[in-house]
Amino acid sequence: MTTPMTGLDTLPLFTNLSHTQRAAVAGVSRIETYEAGTRLFDEGGLADQCWVVQTGCVTVDTVVPQRGRVAVQSIGPGELLGWSWLVPPYRWHFGATVVSPTRAVVVDTAALRQLAGEDPALGYQLSLVLLEALLNRLQATRIRLLDLYRNPS
Amino acid sequence: MTWVPTPYRVATRTVETHDSATLALRPVAESLPAFRPGQFAMLYAHGVGEVPISVSAIPGDGTLVHTVRSVGAVSRALHDAAPGTVIGVRGPFGTAWRLDDVEDLLVVAGGIGLAPLRPVLAHPSKRTVFIAGARTPQDLLYTAELSHLSGVDTVLTVDHGDHDWNGRIGFVTEPLASIPLDPDRTTALLCGPEPMMRFCARTLLGRGVPAERIQVSLERNMQCGIGLCGHCQLGPLLLCRSGPVVGYPVAEPLLLTREL
Repeated sequence: MTTPMTGLDTLPLFTNLSHTQRAAVAGVSRIETYEAGTRLFDEGGLADQCWVVQTGCVTVDTVVPQRGRVAVQSIGPGELLGWSWLVPPYRWHFGATVVSPTRAVVVDTAALRQLAGEDPALGYQLSLVLLEALLNRLQATRIRLLDLYRNPS
Repeated sequence: MTWVPTPYRVATRTVETHDSATLALRPVAESLPAFRPGQFAMLYAHGVGEVPISVSAIPGDGTLVHTVRSVGAVSRALHDAAPGTVIGVRGPFGTAWRLDDVEDLLVVAGGIGLAPLRPVLAHPSKRTVFIAGARTPQDLLYTAELSHLSGVDTVLTVDHGDHDWNGRIGFVTEPLASIPLDPDRTTALLCGPEPMMRFCARTLLGRGVPAERIQVSLERNMQCGIGLCGHCQLGPLLLCRSGPVVGYPVAEPLLLTREL
């Protein structure tokens, strides 16, 4: 289900954007709700959107022979789903499936890139927002590589 | 008497995961003083040895409840102890979670680190958020109980999910970075591997939670339990007496200590 986007003021991810900048991003966004099991995108598909999850949960996955789709990460409330739209060739590196009823802000990323190109101040702020989210994800992934919960025996 | 083990008998043994079991112990005769959440006992497997194990529940009827993970000879003997087995117990030892004047409570546990926090979750604050991490869904402790915690916002996350898992996949710092919290009202209790606690504390500091309101549970080679032998020394602390629960301002520099 699609609902027109009225504002991004309640999303912590965009706290550091000015009201005008948030309104600009809202202008290329909409609210969507998804049932559990909805496939959002497939590996290799065109990456032309990103999502900010408000409620619910989405998993990011990839296909492994003889194991099928293997979920590697989940995205929950307040978190950003989708990076591949940032750099050419704008194709998804992973797939994504909704695992519980989810409401999300969906951003048209081609329009967002255009906005950022036309307004360098907005582009800079957006790059900081994305970089912070990306760093959090990278650091958490690095920590998981430590396998901290393994049995030491 | 803290020097001589008091005999307790295993009343029940509950298998939690492939390597962890919870023992309910009843006194054979004399019982020990009441434990507080976060404190530990020295459990003695006869003929094998003694290890520190936190209380994982406080029923209030004199029963001691400990969840034991099998990682070595002594913990394996305790983990395998069948109902009827007599175990020696010394305690209560160490510091407890400080729960005075708590407004919003945030509990973050990793792996077996959930055991010392379980008694806290049995009596949640007005607003309690609980985040637990484990290696796989099968490694999560107390799963039946966790799904029915009343008055607690619960987030379970694992490093590696499977097809039946519909919780989160990722490290505990990820939900921690995005859950709604009021930093001025939040008291955080962290227990798990030390790097996990370090990263969680940094995330909380970044969100504005004061270091003074972050508590961590530290563990070293506890032996005597009363601060005499020095085996559990970590910097200026003898953790069997000044720990395991330590405020983050004290713990922070010690969490980067490679070895002492």
